[in-house]
Amino acid sequence: MEVNLYEIAVIGAGPGGLSAAARCAELDIPHVLLESSPKIANTIQKYQKGKHVMDEPGILPLRSPVGFVAGKREEILSVWEDGLTHHKVKVEYGAEAKSISGQKGDFTIGLVSGKEVKAKHIILGIGLQGNPRQLGVPGDQADFIQYQLDDPDEYSGESIAVVGAGDAAIENAIALSKNNKVCIINRKDEFARAKEGNLNLILAAIESGAVQGFYSSSPTAVEVLEGEEFRGNLVLSTDVGEEKIPVHRVIGRLGAIPPRKLVESFGIEFPNKDMSAIPALTSEYESNVPGIYVIGALGGYPLIKQAMNQGYEAVAYILGHDVKPADHGLIEDKFKVLPYTEDVDHILKLMQERIPIFSSVNALLFRELILDSNVHVKQAGDVVFAKDDYSSSFYTVLEGEIKTIINADLTILSGVGAFTGEGSLISGRRRSATVIAGENCILIETPRRTMNKLIASIDMVKRVLDETFIVRQIQTKFAPNTPIAELEPIASKAVINLYAPNEVIMQEGGEGDTFHLIRKGSVTVSNNVDDVDVIRTYLPAGADIGEMALLGDTVRSATITATVKTETVSIDKQAFELLLSRSPGLREALQAKTRSRHQQNINIAGGDGADGLLSFLMDQGLGEATNALVIDENNCVGCDLCEQACAATHDGTSRLDRKAGPTHAHIHVPTSCRHCEDPHCMKDCPPNAIQRMGAGGEVVIGDTCIGCGNCEQNCPYGVIKMSYKSKAPANFWQWMLFGIGLRPGKGAVASGGENEIKKAVKCDMCIDQSTGPACVRSCPTGAAMRLSPEQFTNLIG
Amino acid sequence: MSNSFVSHAKGRYFWAALAFVVVAVIIYGWHDPKQPPNGGTWYGYTLGTIGALMILWLLYLGKRKRNFANGWGTTKGWVSAHIYFGTALLIIGTLHTGFQFGWNIHTLAYVLMCLVIFSGFFGLYAYIVYPGSRNRLKSSQTLDDIFAQLEELDLLVKKIVGKISADNQSLVTSAINRTEFGGNVLDQLVARDRSKVMLNGTLVDNRDQAVVVSQLVERLTLATGDEAQQLTTLVKEYSGRQRLLRIIRRDIRLNAIQEIWLMFHIPMSFGLLAALAAHIVSVFIYW
Repeated sequence: MEVNLYEIAVIGAGPGGLSAAARCAELDIPHVLLESSPKIANTIQKYQKGKHVMDEPGILPLRSPVGFVAGKREEILSVWEDGLTHHKVKVEYGAEAKSISGQKGDFTIGLVSGKEVKAKHIILGIGLQGNPRQLGVPGDQADFIQYQLDDPDEYSGESIAVVGAGDAAIENAIALSKNNKVCIINRKDEFARAKEGNLNLILAAIESGAVQGFYSSSPTAVEVLEGEEFRGNLVLSTDVGEEKIPVHRVIGRLGAIPPRKLVESFGIEFPNKDMSAIPALTSEYESNVPGIYVIGALGGYPLIKQAMNQGYEAVAYILGHDVKPADHGLIEDKFKVLPYTEDVDHILKLMQERIPIFSSVNALLFRELILDSNVHVKQAGDVVFAKDDYSSSFYTVLEGEIKTIINADLTILSGVGAFTGEGSLISGRRRSATVIAGENCILIETPRRTMNKLIASIDMVKRVLDETFIVRQIQTKFAPNTPIAELEPIASKAVINLYAPNEVIMQEGGEGDTFHLIRKGSVTVSNNVDDVDVIRTYLPAGADIGEMALLGDTVRSATITATVKTETVSIDKQAFELLLSRSPGLREALQAKTRSRHQQNINIAGGDGADGLLSFLMDQGLGEATNALVIDENNCVGCDLCEQACAATHDGTSRLDRKAGPTHAHIHVPTSCRHCEDPHCMKDCPPNAIQRMGAGGEVVIGDTCIGCGNCEQNCPYGVIKMSYKSKAPANFWQWMLFGIGLRPGKGAVASGGENEIKKAVKCDMCIDQSTGPACVRSCPTGAAMRLSPEQFTNLIG
Repeated sequence: MSNSFVSHAKGRYFWAALAFVVVAVIIYGWHDPKQPPNGGTWYGYTLGTIGALMILWLLYLGKRKRNFANGWGTTKGWVSAHIYFGTALLIIGTLHTGFQFGWNIHTLAYVLMCLVIFSGFFGLYAYIVYPGSRNRLKSSQTLDDIFAQLEELDLLVKKIVGKISADNQSLVTSAINRTEFGGNVLDQLVARDRSKVMLNGTLVDNRDQAVVVSQLVERLTLATGDEAQQLTTLVKEYSGRQRLLRIIRRDIRLNAIQEIWLMFHIPMSFGLLAALAAHIVSVFIYW
């Protein structure tokens, strides 16, 4: 049998893969495109019907033989299919790669079907979605088994078994139960993995009989029936023995197998165990295995256009062509402000040489980092950021120097290669000092998200940042007049501790001689009163706890519990003695602070309903809030002016739901963004449209939103909505006098125009309104308040 | 209350309005028009002009509260000022009359002004007292929450009664189907309960679910064994349903009272505006 040796095998027919394969075809290079599913672009196929797909970043030119402009899902898919046909691309569907062996020039790709494909080079573009986990039982290849549900309304009058216990399974089961007889098969005895809303829905549906629930049951086989009413039987093993369910359809929602394991089995290395880490690649997308190139989301580029460009470029690199990456021009523009005459590549190299924290970053990642960053040429005396600002980007010094103003007497100079802003980067809280530019200052400003990606990918960056964070934190907090060099021995003994939500950091009555600086997250301080934990107060990142132990009292006077995922820096007694000896006056200052803390505890304990309220607020996740809307039900008359004001100032859609959300005593927490210190919504935003900005650190969704809905799903508090913009703003006098138009505050539109998409919307704290949040400003009775966590204790008493 | 419209900015508008009234009263006592005090003296005209402007300004609150994107100050501040200066208007308007009343358009304007202000006083009382008492009534839940509980309880009750005899089932099902609340404004204000139940083939009044509860209790006393047990559960759940219905009805009532004054306050304000215009025009015609 003749074995075909391809020049390039492309694995994965996503945007990157099909672009690469089409480029090969265009250049007449022997190639094959291997796709595990029966269609191209599996992830995009899963989008809902008619979804408008964006082509961000708009400034980036497209470089691919296959077309791509923003438009409907169907149009884009058909352009791609036509492109593949037009270029006569050799595609193999249902070809799922499971192994790669050999080396550059002679790779063998083993497919699940048992077939082997040989190629000199491999381009890997399998995305991050992974393949759906199969039932894995005899008969699971039957044609009535599916792992995806596009449109629940397509089916009616069928008997359908949904296998799985996650959100996808529950949502499918509920949606299908309207027109079908549905059962849900759960391997466990409860729905532990589901979101609370879905949990309530499925339990109610099972209770009412709308969905039949099988607990502690797993499928053992699928039997195909021919010529009968039902198409098959799903055989279950349950607590009470075997059970056969006659079905028309089985929907498996068992999650996906993340591709990382598979990729690692190909020999490709990841820098660490962090799940968000991406493989280390050269600037030409080549992995540590020579000859295997990684593109698209798997390589850290989640946007369609980027992936398509990379597919094109990867082919060029394999062929040894010298192409500049598509973003070359963009970086060139960025560098125009710089007083250098060298070309882009040289400047990038110079940056990495001069700035130690970036030196170990691979060229491709660094290029990406610079693409996200901005370079600033500063005049001496320009403020880079001011103390208590809520900005969170990270600055490195490319040229000249910066001055960090610790206090009126002390300013620290840092030169080329230094960095600043790591405190807010890590904690998500306000700036702890003012930094101004010195002579000939050129800075690189990198956004928080980009830095976090870097920290997750490169251990060295994380280590250096942590060490610097600790020593600077100790200096600003305790020893402003002691030079950094003298504090380093103390800092080197400090330890970073991670705590899960509700984990106890120190126990009342316990012994302990370490103290902690909270560097991320927040904690509650509680006392045991009559066997009940009474929360005394709440402390956000930046606070220190347990310092009394270091002043001689080693019995803990209160229990400290993490409210959210929290990180602390702890210092033991020995190291602290050293610190005390080096900072005159510190002992007295700490004693004074301890006294005032005791006093505060007494005041709070005397308040009315103090404990219950703080616990309640923490239960609502306000421990990670930086600013939250609360409503005093004793004053709220239910006029809804808050919602109307929000809608009127925000394109017709209110971003708060006054009635929703729980109430404790008279304090109500409505559904509205609380601007988390480490926002969940920002974690996975492909166009990086969600930013922290403004003096209050507001989390704001920008215009570059592509409507993917990731943030809506990631927000645990349900404050993000997908919505169209309203077109006609309401006019009061027209409405009042002539009854024309919409009532002010009721301007919402139900559907958008032809080329409009629903974009993510949420509270932006009225950042563009000079007068502050419209909800609070329009409340006639003063019931609506926006509070930062430090103010929660004001609600008591 | 520290943050409410009553004490907004440490009672700034209370003190301002008080000072304004005190000054107006002092001038009233001091000025000597050489005729009985009335709207036609120099001070009468001054107070009349000030009062008319105040009325326009008080009416403007309806627009101001919808100025969501801009506008001076907060709505709360405006409401606070509206209350205290609205109260002050009572004194200013009265001084303007010089205590001369009659069956004419002038006194009509004055009476309407008083009605508007007094309805406002009721509104003030309602807005201070009712939100808190409604919140306590519903144990910090929303009315929607309570309705959801009622719906759940209805399902449960139907399920329990399904296991007992058919006549119990028809009793309870008809009671659930014919449970009513709300209705027109008057019904809401007096919490009228038009609930009915089918009993032995006739539709009877089932106010406060009393008939059903007493019927169930009666049947319970006659029942034995399994049925007695199920009837006990049914009575327990049904009285829970009765309790929820009471809360709903009471909350609807309190809500109606809390909002009803606006149905007088605002239309009468426009009536006042018309009467005021007529009053001013007629004064100038007969001058």
